[in-house]
Amino acid sequence: MTTISMTVNGKAVSGEVEGRTLLSSFLREGLGLRGTHIGCETTQCGACAVHLDGQLVKSCSVLAMDAAGASVTSIEGMANGDGSLSVIQAAFQEHHGLQCGFCTPGMVMATAALLKVNAKPTETEVRHYLEGNMCRCTGYHNIVKAVMAASGQDVSAIAAE
Amino acid sequence: MPKDGIGASTVRREDIRFLTGKGRYTADINLRGQAYAVFLRSDVAHGRINDIDTKAAMAMPGVLAIMTGADFAAMGGNPAGWHIPSRDGSAMKEPKRPVLAHGKVRHVGDAYAIVVAETLEQARDAAEAVVTDITELPAIVDMAQAIANSDNRVHDEIANNVCFDWGWIEDNRAAVDAAFASAPHVTTLELTNNRLAPNAMETRASIGDYDSGTEDYKLYTTSQNPHLSRLLIAAFVMGIPENKLTVVAPDVGGGFGSKIYHYGEEAAVLAASKAIDRPVKWVADRSEAFLSDAHGRDHVTKIQLATDKQGNFLALRTETMANVGAYLSNFSTATPTFLHGTLMAGPYKTPLVYVNVKAVFTNTAPVDAYRGAGRPEATYSIERVVDKAAHELGIDPLEIRRRNFIQPDQYPYTTPVGLVYDTGNYNATLDKLIDIGDLAGFEKRAAASKAKGKLRGLGLSTWIEACGIAPSNLVGVLGARVGLYDAATVRVNATGNISVMTGAHSHGQGHETVFPQVVADMLGIPASSIDIVHGDTSKIPFGMGSYGSRSLAVCGTAIVKATEKIIAKGKKIAAHMLEAAESDITFADGKFSVAGTDKAKTFGEIAFSAYVPHNYPLETLEPGLEETAFYDPANFTYPAGAYACEVEVDPETGQVTIEKFTCADDFGNVINPMIVAGQVHGGVAQGIGQALLENVAYDDNGQLLSGSFMDYAMPRADDLPFYTVDHSCNTPCTHNPLGVKGCGEAGAIGTPPAVVNAVVNALQRGGHKHVTHLEMPVSPSRVWAAMQG
Repeated sequence: MTTISMTVNGKAVSGEVEGRTLLSSFLREGLGLRGTHIGCETTQCGACAVHLDGQLVKSCSVLAMDAAGASVTSIEGMANGDGSLSVIQAAFQEHHGLQCGFCTPGMVMATAALLKVNAKPTETEVRHYLEGNMCRCTGYHNIVKAVMAASGQDVSAIAAE
Repeated sequence: MPKDGIGASTVRREDIRFLTGKGRYTADINLRGQAYAVFLRSDVAHGRINDIDTKAAMAMPGVLAIMTGADFAAMGGNPAGWHIPSRDGSAMKEPKRPVLAHGKVRHVGDAYAIVVAETLEQARDAAEAVVTDITELPAIVDMAQAIANSDNRVHDEIANNVCFDWGWIEDNRAAVDAAFASAPHVTTLELTNNRLAPNAMETRASIGDYDSGTEDYKLYTTSQNPHLSRLLIAAFVMGIPENKLTVVAPDVGGGFGSKIYHYGEEAAVLAASKAIDRPVKWVADRSEAFLSDAHGRDHVTKIQLATDKQGNFLALRTETMANVGAYLSNFSTATPTFLHGTLMAGPYKTPLVYVNVKAVFTNTAPVDAYRGAGRPEATYSIERVVDKAAHELGIDPLEIRRRNFIQPDQYPYTTPVGLVYDTGNYNATLDKLIDIGDLAGFEKRAAASKAKGKLRGLGLSTWIEACGIAPSNLVGVLGARVGLYDAATVRVNATGNISVMTGAHSHGQGHETVFPQVVADMLGIPASSIDIVHGDTSKIPFGMGSYGSRSLAVCGTAIVKATEKIIAKGKKIAAHMLEAAESDITFADGKFSVAGTDKAKTFGEIAFSAYVPHNYPLETLEPGLEETAFYDPANFTYPAGAYACEVEVDPETGQVTIEKFTCADDFGNVINPMIVAGQVHGGVAQGIGQALLENVAYDDNGQLLSGSFMDYAMPRADDLPFYTVDHSCNTPCTHNPLGVKGCGEAGAIGTPPAVVNAVVNALQRGGHKHVTHLEMPVSPSRVWAAMQG
C-alpha cells in the first residue's frame, strides 16, 4: 500500500492505495464520494467521468497513483458554493435530462467539459461530444436539449415535451 | 387544483439528489464489517462439472468462505411464474433452476461458486485459484437444431429441449386454416426478433446481511419489485419464513425488465452472510451483466396474413420459436405467450387469428421480459406483414391500416385472441401523426435526400399493447402463479404532511414526483408536503412492483383508493367537529365544509384532531389517519399509437440514419406530460437500438460474441435524432379512476417495425424492388448486401 495525496473538489485529501487501485475506486471507497458511478470498467459508458486537472477522464481507467498530486473534480463538486444547482445541473432538471440518474454524474461532468471548450455547441456537436457517455433511459433527446439550454441557447423550438 | 397537481409538467424532485451525486444505489451501500463476494462462472456453454477444488483458494489471504452448487443443492429452485400448458394438454417442462449450478453448467456465465473474502481484490485473487474440472459437452445454440436433436439436451430429462408447444387459441386453429385455404391473397413473412441485452446502466448488485441475534435476513438488491423477490427467495428458494426476510431496493439505476427477476446471486449472498455472520456484498461488472442478466426477445417467427384483393384482413396465423435460454426465468414463459399471442390482433379487426409458440431451451443466458415483453415481438410481426401485404396488393400502407382498424363505435371490442379492448381511436392518432409528422411533405424531403445521393424511406407502425398488468383472476386462469394487484398506504401525519408507501418501485419513472401530484390534486394540498416511500418491504404494503407499464394504472389507482378512504374518514371527523351530519360535509380545495354554510375545517386541522383526539367521536371512530388500499385491475389497459420513421440510406455503404421520428400516442389521461414524453423518448431509443444496432450474438459453441460495450452496439447520442412526440389524442381508460393507460413500454413496442418499414421503403423507392424484408439489426452490411440483390 502507498499513501497518495491529491486535491478533490478543492479539498486536500490523502489515502492508501494499491498499485492496481483505480481512481474511481479511490473516490468511491477511499473518499466515500459515491456519486462517481461504475457502469462498465472499460471506458465505454462514461458514468465514472470526472475532471482530472481540468480534463474530462473516465476514472475507471486511471490508476489512483497516477492522479497523485492532481486536482480532481467529481459530481460532488459541481453544485454552486451555496449548495444550489449549477446552471448545468439546473438545466438537466428543467429539461428532464435524467431518469434513473445513474449516468447523470458523468453526463454533467461531460457537459461541463464541453461547454468549457465550446460555449455554444450545435446539436451535432453535443451529440458527438457525448458519444462516450451512455444513457439507457432518456433516448438522449432531453440530455441534448439540456446541454444546449445550459449553454444559454434557446431550445424552445425543440419539441417541448 | 394545486399548480403541481394532475396535468402539470412538474420538474422531478428526485433529480436534485441524482444531479449532486447523492443518489444511493445498492453498490453505494457499505455495511459495517462487510465482506466481498465474487462468483465463479462457467466459461463453456455446456458441461458436466467433475470437480471444484477450493483448497488452495481457501488458504489464500483474507478468504472467508467458498460455497459451490453442492452447498445449495438442498434448497429449492427459482420458479417460473406462469405455467403454460402445451397444445396436447401436457404440462410445460420445468427444470429446477438452482441457486448455483450443480452437476452441469448450462450457459457461458452460469455461476457455480461464490468466493467471499475480506476485500474485493482478495476475493478476485482467490477465485483465480479455484480449480474447476468441467467436461465440455456439445453446445445447443440454434433453436431449430435444439428441437431436431433429441439426444443433445440442455436438461438431461427434457428430450428435444422443448419447454412447451402452445396454441392460442387452439380451438380456432381449424377455422383459421380454412380461411387461409380459401383466401384470395396470402402474404408470408419469416423474420427474427433479435436477442437484446437490457443493459440498465447500473449493473445488478446485492448485499446479504444476516442478523444472528434475531435470525433475520436483510437483502439490499437491484430490484424492480422487492416484495416479489422476497416471496421467491423466502418461500421457494431458501425456505425461510417471509417475515424473517426484508428486501430493500434503494435507488435503482434502470431496469427495463431485467431487474424484475430473482437471481441466484441474491440467495447466495444471503446464505454466505449467514455462514460467516457478516454482511456480504456483490456488485456485478458489465461482463457479468452481459453473461448473466436475463436477455430479451429472441423469437424466430413465420407469420401469414390472409386478405381479400382489397386488402381487408381475413385471417392471421403465426408459428414462433421462442428462446428461453438455459433456465426458466420468472416471467419467461408468460412473455412469448400471454404477452405476445394475445396481442396478435393488433389494432385491427382481423376476425380469425391463431398463434403457435414453441419455447426452446438452449445453452444461452435465460431470456425473459425486456421493455415491452412479448408485445414488441407481436407488433413487429404484425406491422411488418401488414406492410408487406400492402406492397404485394399495391395498396398504400397507410390506407391498408385504416381499412382494417377497429372503429371507435366497436368498443368494448373482443379480439379473437382473448382480450377485450375497452376504448381507443386509432384513426385519431393516425390523423395526428399525418399532421405533426408532416407526412404530406415526405416527397419533398425525399427529393432533397435524392439530391444528396441518399435514398429516403418512410415507415409506419400503428401499434396497440395490453399493459397495466394485470387482472389477477384472468391471469390466474391463464397460468399465472401470482396475483398482479398493487397496494398503497397513505399515512397522514399529525402535522398534516403525508407519507405514501407504494408497492410500485421507481427506477427512473419519476414516481416520487408523479404520485404526489395525484394525491395533491385529490386533497388540495401542495405536492411538496407529500413524500413517496418505496422499495423497502419493511415499510411498504405488499405490492407487485413496477413492470408492464403498471405503476400508475395499478398502484396509482391503489393510491387513489387509499386517499378516498382518507377523505371519507376526514368527513366523519369533520362532521363531529363541526356538529353537522356526515352527509352534509363536502370536501374541496383542502377544506371540509358544511354544505351551504361558512363552517369549515382545514385538512390540517382534521389530521391533527385524528392524532390528538380530544374533540373526536372516539366511541364510533378509531383515531389516526392512515389508510391502505389494494387494487386489482378489472382489465388490462390498451395504449395505442401511430409512429412514422423517415430514414436515409447511403447507397454506397448501406448506412442508415434516422432523419425524422414522430409519435402520436394515446395513453389516456396524462398526469405529468414531461415525464410521459421522456418515457416515450427512451422507449423509442431502445426500439431504434433494436432495429439498427443491437444484437446479442452467440457463436456455434455458445460463446457470447457481444459481451461488452465494445461489441454490443448500444445507441449513443449521435445515433439518434430529436423525436416529435404527442399524446393529445387520448381516450381515457374506462376502468380505472384516473383514466390512465401506461406509457413506459410504448416506444419500444411501436418503433422497430416503423424503422424497418422505412428502410425497406427506401430501398424499394431506390429501385431495389426485390427487397421485401431486412433482418434486425438493419446493419450497413445487411442493407448493402440486400441492395446487391
